[in-house]
Amino acid sequence: MKSSHVVLVLVVALSLFVFGLVGCGGSETTTTAALPTDTTGASNVSTDTTASGPTGDPIVFGAVLSATGPGSPLGEPERATLGMMETQVNDAGGLLGRPIKIVIEDDQTNPKEAVTAVNKLLQQDKVVAVLGSSTSGSTLAIKPITQQAGIPLMALAASNAITAAPITWTWRAPPRDALAVETALTYISKVMKLTKIAVLYDENAYGASGMAEIEKVASDYGLTIVAKESYKTEETDLTAQLTKIKAANPEVVVVWGTNPGPAVAAKNMDQLGMTQPFVGSHGIANAKFIELAADSAEGVIFPAGRLLVPESYTDPEQKAQADKFIADYKTATGANPPTFAGHAFGGLTLLMDAITRAGSTDPAAIQKALGETKGVVTPDGIYNYTADNHDGLVADDLTVVQIKGGTWVLAPR
Amino acid sequence: MSLDQFLQYVFSGITNGSIYALTALGFTLIYNATDIINFAQGEFVMLGGLTAISLYKWGVPLPVACLGAVVVVALIGVIFELAAIRPLLSAGIMTQIIVTVGASLALRTAAMLIWGREALPLPPLTGDTPIDVLGATILPQTLWVLGATLAIVVALQLFYKRTLTGKAVRACSVNPTAARLMGVSYSRVVLLSFGLSAAIAATGGVLIAPVSFMGYSSGALIGLKGFAACILGGLGNPAGAVAGGLILGILESLTVGFLPIQGSSGYKDAVAFLILLLVLFVKPQGLFGQRTMEKV
Amino acid sequence: MTAVARVVPYLRRHAAFITFAVVVMALPFFIHSTYYLSILAFTATRLMVVLGLNLLLGQAGQISLGHAAFVAIGAYGSAILTTRWSLDPWLAMGISALLAGAIAGVLGIPTLKLKGHYLAMATLGFGEIVLILLIQFKWLTSGSDGIVGIPSLSFAGLDLGRPMAYHWIAWGVALVMLRMALNLVDSRVGRSLRALHRAEIAAASLGVNTSFRKVQIFVVSAVFASVAGSFYVHYIHFISPDSFAITFSVILLTTVVIGGVGNVWGAVWGTLLMMFLPEYLKRFNQDYTNLTFGILMIVIMIFLPGGLVSLGGVFSRARNRSRGPDRARLEEG
Repeated sequence: MKSSHVVLVLVVALSLFVFGLVGCGGSETTTTAALPTDTTGASNVSTDTTASGPTGDPIVFGAVLSATGPGSPLGEPERATLGMMETQVNDAGGLLGRPIKIVIEDDQTNPKEAVTAVNKLLQQDKVVAVLGSSTSGSTLAIKPITQQAGIPLMALAASNAITAAPITWTWRAPPRDALAVETALTYISKVMKLTKIAVLYDENAYGASGMAEIEKVASDYGLTIVAKESYKTEETDLTAQLTKIKAANPEVVVVWGTNPGPAVAAKNMDQLGMTQPFVGSHGIANAKFIELAADSAEGVIFPAGRLLVPESYTDPEQKAQADKFIADYKTATGANPPTFAGHAFGGLTLLMDAITRAGSTDPAAIQKALGETKGVVTPDGIYNYTADNHDGLVADDLTVVQIKGGTWVLAPR
Repeated sequence: MSLDQFLQYVFSGITNGSIYALTALGFTLIYNATDIINFAQGEFVMLGGLTAISLYKWGVPLPVACLGAVVVVALIGVIFELAAIRPLLSAGIMTQIIVTVGASLALRTAAMLIWGREALPLPPLTGDTPIDVLGATILPQTLWVLGATLAIVVALQLFYKRTLTGKAVRACSVNPTAARLMGVSYSRVVLLSFGLSAAIAATGGVLIAPVSFMGYSSGALIGLKGFAACILGGLGNPAGAVAGGLILGILESLTVGFLPIQGSSGYKDAVAFLILLLVLFVKPQGLFGQRTMEKV
Repeated sequence: MTAVARVVPYLRRHAAFITFAVVVMALPFFIHSTYYLSILAFTATRLMVVLGLNLLLGQAGQISLGHAAFVAIGAYGSAILTTRWSLDPWLAMGISALLAGAIAGVLGIPTLKLKGHYLAMATLGFGEIVLILLIQFKWLTSGSDGIVGIPSLSFAGLDLGRPMAYHWIAWGVALVMLRMALNLVDSRVGRSLRALHRAEIAAASLGVNTSFRKVQIFVVSAVFASVAGSFYVHYIHFISPDSFAITFSVILLTTVVIGGVGNVWGAVWGTLLMMFLPEYLKRFNQDYTNLTFGILMIVIMIFLPGGLVSLGGVFSRARNRSRGPDRARLEEG
């Protein structure tokens, strides 16, 4: 064995030690997000506190988001929202009089990276709570770690499994898949009065989870699934799947996925001359779907939070908050907030509310306060957590939206 | 299954297959000159589409935006060759391939930073109205893709057989050393291949974007299928690459139609790959590939 | 020869391996951060896969772009057997490894007759088929939802899920595999593999059973990958198809080449680089991590076409030049 190899081994070992020692001292990572496509050119990112602002040690939150990879359309708006909120909260005096700091890590839509990221947040940044991840797979990978560390996890993903037992230390901000499916299927059976549905779903975790839920409960709404086909997120043409679906003569086509799949499906349905109504999922509750599908988006129906049609808010406090959020997000990023942005806003709001009520940042205290959350108003809904219910939202927090004339209106009742 | 349904599956297969075919053509060009499989080929398709989208957004008329995108991406291909391939022309094949992997990662991330995380649309060249053929519909844009593919294949054959440069390229693929001895500049041939291959990829991207949008991550799946099409048709044979692409696309589509289970679409890629594997077991050089002579 | 006289040359011959093993196993005494320990944990399982691929590519000259599938077989095998049927994790790992090996054996026979890019595509196709089946067979694998609640490894009541314990068991196994790989290279099997890699027809005429050897090494690499997958799920307690995207197999191949083909230590250096460099890059700007990483891959290949392992050659060549011609010739032998 060449002795030069021994030298190399020792060099590597030495650098590992140095790496470890330097690393153990805590790191200066980029904290807040770089805001995307900021057309105004002004950067809202700042962690400086003003002279009369909050004082003391910052309260550090951690966030594991899918800012790159297939989940990035979810993670990127969440990152922008958190960055925006960090500045706002600090400008308004902080939390418990102290400034807040949100450390955001990218999990690249990969559960393995999510595990590394959350370990870093817990170990090096000593966060009091973790938000994330944007995607279900990463969230499920993080869950055992935060549970073992005794740190509250505010999940931003939709899969039902996240709030399946054991649920200690795990909370969820977005509506569960089951809620969205419930809203959509109720509308189809009660308002549209149809019974034969076909489902076209994305094979990723989001679409597959929705499909599983639909299969589970369809008969409860008197619906039969006459055809079900799937597609890969990046597939270029869905006419084969839709031809198979068309042959089964459904009365309505349910498309469960995130962009761009549903937009391709909408265009393909027009191409094939399919006149059945298109019912989508909350994955298309964003302006991108309309941009992509263009004329084919007309008439499309989907369940969504009321953020998309602010006139539908019944609670005036909620409406005011939603209007402000939309305006702030637009100033910060130049675009309207998609629902995912709302999830992040809700999640952080819930954590801050719990900390305020607990009066401390001790994780056990935060956990207890979260369990007593009552009537917290966010654009996504009004949250109530209990010891058994860590989901917080009910069906009424969602509504059914239709695309008319290129914008959103409430679907006809 | 009725005729119009069967035809629709075939057309659907052609829509996907023609993009595989164009991508496979790009792979073949580079492989012929250098034996390299360019893992960044899908990314060139993606860059072509996204560049056209940007040009169009800045007010450039659509046809000019498309041509402009092809030129820009061809340039990127040339720069890539000069920066990353040329220094390694005498290194092992694995090293060269890994360089293209690195380029694919870098290009994809750069695209994400420039164009954002979401897909973007592009208007079609001659409108959206589907054309009715015996009860099945096909988009005019698909005919553009198909037409471009066939035109490029014909042009390539003419190039290889009739022009001096083309013959030089063919010489390099058969025996680079002998070609060099005859005065052919090998490095120029490689440069030309990369540029042309990128241009072909960009053409595909530009033409497919109106049908299926283009985002920073669109290149990966297209690249994979293009490679599979290339192998199916036989590496090194441009016509084989096109045939491979169309066959692959139609195979996938027919699986969806004919597999008698609900949810057959989930298996379409598996069936396509299975058939590819079976073809390779029977004909190890692909459907139309040449049996290579192995020197002892 | 006395015992001492026999030990010293043995130590010198395996100095690199022993040093490496000692350093790696001693790390948990100095590194307490679960962050670094988790990166090291993933590095151990990654090394297991890369070792197998390194042998396959470097010794037998066979490209596989489908090894993610073998990792998935180990991962899902362990996950399903331990959650659905409450099997002992070690038994589940063994069964999965046997399954992976069997599939590799059956698949290898027709596949390894292919050459070059055709072989790459065949393995890629196989890998994709396995992954699609994993997603579609929801009754078995819970599809895209994944499987939660996978238990930790344990041994005689000792919980091997705790960071330090896991580190030792995972790296222990990885080191055993490294030793096996190093031994293989120096053995008759290794020599016959290299012979068939360089001149297959000549090797066959000399009595090397080329197809058997190729399949043999393919099976070994599949078993390594499967064990790695099993360790991975017992660490992360969760598995989903997200972990096995198309790019995973490509990253594995990249790791082998960047480390250096033809030298088992290339697997070690390649894995260390590919696992630690992105973490280091993340400290600057997370969005640019992959961009920088891709460019660095290109730069490394341009300056070290033989991979990281050739750095050692640079050192020893420089050292030998300073010593003089005779010493140089003796050393190189």
